[in-house]
Amino acid sequence: MEGMAGQKSSLVWAVNIAAFLLVLLWTIPTLGLLVSSFRDRDQILTSGWWQSFSAQEATGFVRTGTGDDAVQQDGQYVIEGTVLEEGQSLIGWGIRAREPAAFQPGETTEIEDGWQLTVAEDGSYRLTSDTPFEMRRGERIFVTTGAPARLTTENYNRVLTAEGLGRAFMNTLTVTIPATVIPILIAAFAAYALAWMEFPGRALLTAAVVGLLVVPLQVALIPLLRLHNELGIGKGYLGIWLAHTGFGLPLAIYLLRNYMVGLPREVIESARVDGATEFQIFRKIILPLSFPALASFAIFQFLWVWNDLLVATVFLGNTREQLVMTGVLRELMGSKGGEWEILATSAFISIAVPLIVFFAMQKYLVRGLLAGSVKGG
Amino acid sequence: MELFWLAIGTIVVGVFGCVAWFWGSNWILDRIYPPRGPNAGDNIRKANQIRPWLFLGPAILFLGVYLVYPIFDSLWRSMHNARGSEFVGLSNYAWHMGDGKFRESMRNNMLWLLVVPALSTLFGLIAAQLTDRLKWGNIGKSLIFMPMAISFVGAGVIWKFIYEYRAPGEPQIGLLNAIVQALGGDPQLWLTLIPWNNFFLMIVLVWIQTGFAMVILSAALRGIPEETIEAAILDGASPWQVFFKIKVPQIMGTIAVVWTTITIVVLKVFDIVFVMTNGQWGTQVLANLMYDWMFRGTPDYGRGSAIAIILMLLVTPIMIWNIVNARREVR
Repeated sequence: MEGMAGQKSSLVWAVNIAAFLLVLLWTIPTLGLLVSSFRDRDQILTSGWWQSFSAQEATGFVRTGTGDDAVQQDGQYVIEGTVLEEGQSLIGWGIRAREPAAFQPGETTEIEDGWQLTVAEDGSYRLTSDTPFEMRRGERIFVTTGAPARLTTENYNRVLTAEGLGRAFMNTLTVTIPATVIPILIAAFAAYALAWMEFPGRALLTAAVVGLLVVPLQVALIPLLRLHNELGIGKGYLGIWLAHTGFGLPLAIYLLRNYMVGLPREVIESARVDGATEFQIFRKIILPLSFPALASFAIFQFLWVWNDLLVATVFLGNTREQLVMTGVLRELMGSKGGEWEILATSAFISIAVPLIVFFAMQKYLVRGLLAGSVKGG
Repeated sequence: MELFWLAIGTIVVGVFGCVAWFWGSNWILDRIYPPRGPNAGDNIRKANQIRPWLFLGPAILFLGVYLVYPIFDSLWRSMHNARGSEFVGLSNYAWHMGDGKFRESMRNNMLWLLVVPALSTLFGLIAAQLTDRLKWGNIGKSLIFMPMAISFVGAGVIWKFIYEYRAPGEPQIGLLNAIVQALGGDPQLWLTLIPWNNFFLMIVLVWIQTGFAMVILSAALRGIPEETIEAAILDGASPWQVFFKIKVPQIMGTIAVVWTTITIVVLKVFDIVFVMTNGQWGTQVLANLMYDWMFRGTPDYGRGSAIAIILMLLVTPIMIWNIVNARREVR
C-alpha cells in the first residue's frame, strides 16, 4: 500500500509540473508582449523582455573637458567631471572603443605624455597632467554603464495619440456594437420559429443553417462588394454592419435554436392554451429563458467582429480615418516593423478589450462553444 | 464623437426596425385573420401557417443575400474573365492548376491541414487531461484558453516578436533566438527559413486553437461514466492505460468534431499569413492568394472567384458530414 501511495503522489507531482509547464508555454508569448509594451524604447531594442527587471547594461563614450576646463592643483593641471548620467552606475571603463570595460572603477591609466586618467566608482573622472592641456576636443572615455530597468507608460501615450490608434479604437467600437446587437434580434425570432413552430420545410431550413455555418467567407467577398456598390451602399459602416450580420447569423440561429429546443415544452404549451399569442410567448417566456444562449452568441460575435481584419479591409476601406484596430496594427507591422515599443503597445491595446470580455464572460463563452462546436469561426 | 452617435443611432434604428417588423407584421396578421369571431378556428390555422415565415423572414433574407447568393455568384464569376464580361468556361481553374503560386498554396494548405488540427487536438487533449483534477486547474485552463480571444493579427505581432532576429553574438530580443543562442546555436531568420517557416506560422494557429480543443475535450472527458474508469482501475490498469484505452475511445466522436472544426478554420486561414509573411518565402495559402487576386495590381475577379470556389469545395465534405450528424441528433 505504501508503495502505491508513493507512486500516486509522484504522479500527482508530475501532473502538476507538466500542467504548469504547459500553461507557462501558452502564457509566455502574451506576457512578453505585455511586458515589452511598458519598457523604454531603447531598452526593448538592446535586451530581451525577460531581462526587463534587471539592470540594463549599455556602452557609450563621454568626452572629457578641454584645456580650458583645466584647473591647477598642487602644480598639476587637472580636468574633472563625471561620465555618468542620472541613475546610471559604472560597471567598467576604457580608453579604446574596442575595450569599453578594460578598467575597473577606481583604476588609473596613463593615456599619453604622462596624462593620468582615473574614473571613480561614482563616475567622476580626473585627468591630470604636469604640463598644460592643449587639446581642442576632450579625450574620449568609453564606459560600460548599468541603468536601472525602466518601465514607462510613454508608449501608450504615444501610440494612442500619434499613431491614430485612439481613432481606430472608436472605429472598431462603432463597427462592433451594432454588428453584435442586430444579428441577435433577427436570429432570436428565426430560432424560435425553427424550434417551436410547426411548418413545412422546417427540417430543411435547419439543415441549411447547419450547412451555412461553414461556408468560407472568401466566397462572399467579391459578390457582396459588387452588390454593395450596385445598391449604392459602397464601402462604409452600413455595409460592414450588414455583412457581419449576415456572416454571424448562421451561428446565432444555430446556437439559439439548440438552446430553445431544450426549454420545457409544458411552459410553452400551457401559455398557448392560456391564449397567449406567439409573439407574447416569445417576448415573455422564450427571450428571458434564453439569456445564457444570447450571451454566448453575443460574446462570440463581439470577439469575432472586434478581431476581424478581412471583412473590415474589404467592406470598410483602407484610408487612415476608416481603419479599425486590426487594420492599423497590420499597417504598423509593415511600416514600423522594427519599432517594437509601438507594435507591442498597439497590439496590446487592440487585444485588451477582447481579453477583458473573455475573462469576465468566460462562463458563457465556454457554454456557447459546447453548444455550437460544429461551427468553425 | 460623431461616430459614437452614428453607432448608437444605428443600434436604435436597427433594433427598433427589427422590433417594428416583428411586432407590426404580427399585428397585421392578427387583423387579417382575427383569432376570434365565427371563423376563429380557421383563422388561427391560417395565421399559424404564415406566422413562421414572418419570424424567419429577415433571417432568410440575410442568409440568402449574404451567404447563398454569393456562392452562386462566385461560381458564375469563376467562369468568366477578369471583369465578368466574357464566359471562359473552366479556363480560370485550368490556369490556376498550372500556376506555381497556386500549387504552392494548395501544398501549404494541405500541410496546414495535416499539422494544425492534429497538434491542436493533441495539445488540447493533453491540457484537458492534465488540468482536470488540479486545484488550480480552472486558472490553468483560462490561461491556455486565453489566446482564443486574441485576434490573428495580434497573435501575429506576438509571435513575430518571438521570432525576431538579431545578428549572431548580439543580444537577442526574440525569445526563440535567445534560447537558440544560449544553447550555442546560430540565430535564424525563422520566417524566411524555407520550408520550415510554414511550421513557424502554423504554431501560431495551434497556439490559438488548443484552448478551444481543450474546452470541448475537457467537457467530454468529464462526461465519461465514472464506472468504466473505476472498473479499469480495479482491474489494475495504469493511468496511461486508463487514458488511452478507456477514456480516449469514449470521446472519439468529440475528437472528430474538434478536428473538423479546426480544419475549417485552417482552410480559411488568412490573417496570420497576411500579416506575418504575406505569402512570401514559400508560405502562400489559398485565402491570401485570393486576396491578392482581388486587390493587388489589377483585380481579376474571375481568378479570385475560382479560388473561392475551390475553398468552398474543400469545406463541402465537412459541411455534409455536419448536416448528417445534426439530422441524426434531431432524430
